[in-house]
Amino acid sequence: MNLHEYQAKQLFAEYGLPVSAGIAVDTASDAAAAVKKIGGSKWVVKAQVHAGGRGKAGGVKLVDSPEEAEAFAEKWLGKKMVTYQTDAGGQPVSKILVETCTDIAQELYLGAVVDRSSRRVVFMASVEGGVEIEKVAVETPEKILRATIDPLTGAQPYQARDLAFRLGLKGVQIKQFTNLFLGLAKLFHDKDLALLEINPLVITDEGNLHCLDGKINIDSNAMYRQPELLEMHDPSQDDEREAQAAKWELNYVALDGNIGCMVNGAGLAMGTMDIVQLHGGSPANFLDVGGGATKERVTEAFKIILSDENVAAVLVNIFGGIVRCDLIAEGVVGAVNEVGVQVPVVVRLEGNNAELGREVLVKSGLNIIAATSLSDAAEKVVTAAGGAQ
Amino acid sequence: MSILIDKNTKVICQGFTGSQGTFHSEQAIEYGTKMVGGVTPGKGGQVHLDLPVFNTVQQAFDETGADASVIYVPAAFCKDSILEAANSGIKLIVCITEGIPTLDMLVAKESCDQLGVQLIGPNCPGVITPGECKIGIMPGHIHLPGKVGIVSRSGTLTYEAVKQTTDHGFGQSSCVGIGGDPIPGSNFIDILALFEADAQTEAIVMIGEIGGTAEEEAAAYIKANVSKPVVAYIAGVTAPAGKRMGHAGAIISGGKGTADEKFAALQDAGVKTVRSLAEIGSGLSEITGW
Repeated sequence: MNLHEYQAKQLFAEYGLPVSAGIAVDTASDAAAAVKKIGGSKWVVKAQVHAGGRGKAGGVKLVDSPEEAEAFAEKWLGKKMVTYQTDAGGQPVSKILVETCTDIAQELYLGAVVDRSSRRVVFMASVEGGVEIEKVAVETPEKILRATIDPLTGAQPYQARDLAFRLGLKGVQIKQFTNLFLGLAKLFHDKDLALLEINPLVITDEGNLHCLDGKINIDSNAMYRQPELLEMHDPSQDDEREAQAAKWELNYVALDGNIGCMVNGAGLAMGTMDIVQLHGGSPANFLDVGGGATKERVTEAFKIILSDENVAAVLVNIFGGIVRCDLIAEGVVGAVNEVGVQVPVVVRLEGNNAELGREVLVKSGLNIIAATSLSDAAEKVVTAAGGAQ
Repeated sequence: MSILIDKNTKVICQGFTGSQGTFHSEQAIEYGTKMVGGVTPGKGGQVHLDLPVFNTVQQAFDETGADASVIYVPAAFCKDSILEAANSGIKLIVCITEGIPTLDMLVAKESCDQLGVQLIGPNCPGVITPGECKIGIMPGHIHLPGKVGIVSRSGTLTYEAVKQTTDHGFGQSSCVGIGGDPIPGSNFIDILALFEADAQTEAIVMIGEIGGTAEEEAAAYIKANVSKPVVAYIAGVTAPAGKRMGHAGAIISGGKGTADEKFAALQDAGVKTVRSLAEIGSGLSEITGW
């Protein structure tokens, strides 16, 4: 689960880390009021979406007056922002963060992530802050400094000092960076984070470290023990069909093809999409119905797949491990009847009671095409959807 | 021979009396697995499926001399269950449960490493040596004792590979689902090393997925250390890049992790890669001459 910048900064503030005074607003008039309340003569207004690249998309602006802040909010609220980190549809803007303006002497990068290779939380820092950081990582990886956290002992002050000196920080900045590093490590641990990023972490004109941005992603497996964070969830940032699927414990991702796919298991679902494409077809979605493919969930899955009007045919690919294929076949027949499926449905059943399952499909008298193998299923569904593209 | 488990492996189950533990223990016993007991705190002294129930893993280990423990407890309690088993003296832990918080797994994995315990999973189908011992949720009937070692990050994709090697008559020496979580107890390299050293295993099937760099690391390992023929399939060529947040994920992976990069790394290591999931069996025929 992702947090908005303003929410990440609330958490930073709770952990005593340096952030700007700011107010998140959801109307244009509140944006003007926030400017007046914060005081000063220069402010930054930032559209809140779950994606990076906002600056280049015009979603961040320096303003000199309440009127300017109001105009910015007017322009963005209720609109969708497209950045290089969003899909083509963009993400809706429903909040604007109004902050005091910070004078920047230097920009740094600071991030932390669970690294699969070393099986550690790894902090990464660089003097090359800003939007080109990924290029830095590929072209000059030595400029990305790292600190690896031992899961049994946690982050240590010496690791912070090591990074601070290597970043070229001086004097009071060493102490500030140590507090920041230890605070972020504690936040990462306490809140079950998967990703944390401050880009840029800036040195102000006065020489102090300051968190100018904040991105936080929380481990979805840990939400059960993070009720406060769950309340921060902004459903407007989620894809509607994906959210509907999640209610039924279905894992759905919309794509732009015309062959709907319903599969048990995430790996097999990806493998099915791949084989459809190898046969010249184009998958309309990724959908994992999970291990317990009951009739109810198969029905819901059909509804979600068919809510995409591009779908010209559906491929159901189930490898019945423990579950019986005849029960799944009955589920498919029931679902096709109940939902009133108009497009051809190709079904490949394998595993437990697969023969019985195929019989159920044949006897149903519905427009269900039984496939004998994975390749056969892919060929048949591509033909049913109008042939290879 | 086989890897990790065989007909003599004594297995206990944590979460034994729960619905998952009960169902899959029944299946395992039916398959011929040497189940010797189970653990459910507070139910020690009871008998379940004709086997003794213990309050702690330590008691179960001391009484039964179990070699392996399989874990079916809910995700919130798995870190505790893994640590309990790892500290009891048991040397192989298979954790089936999905949805364990990643930070819990960082601690559990590190502790298992320090104690010299092999952890398989979590979020995996388990381990099977066909005809001898089944630990996990895989359907036993699709397997055939034989000569192919299978290691996979995905449950249902493992079943596809098993079915094809069974249909071709090659059979399997052992099959290991290492699980799809970011922090698996064992990775491809751990299992490839075991298959390379196992006399029964004549060829290896490796099934990966997009994300992370485990396949690239496995490719480098195969190039240097594996002499047996390897067939690999990577799922997710058509998966979309999707929405992202920030740069940290991209920085840590250094641009690796796509299916194409994984295929390229494996090919460079002399691995036979197949682009279609349906060609795992025929791919094996091609490189082994079987």
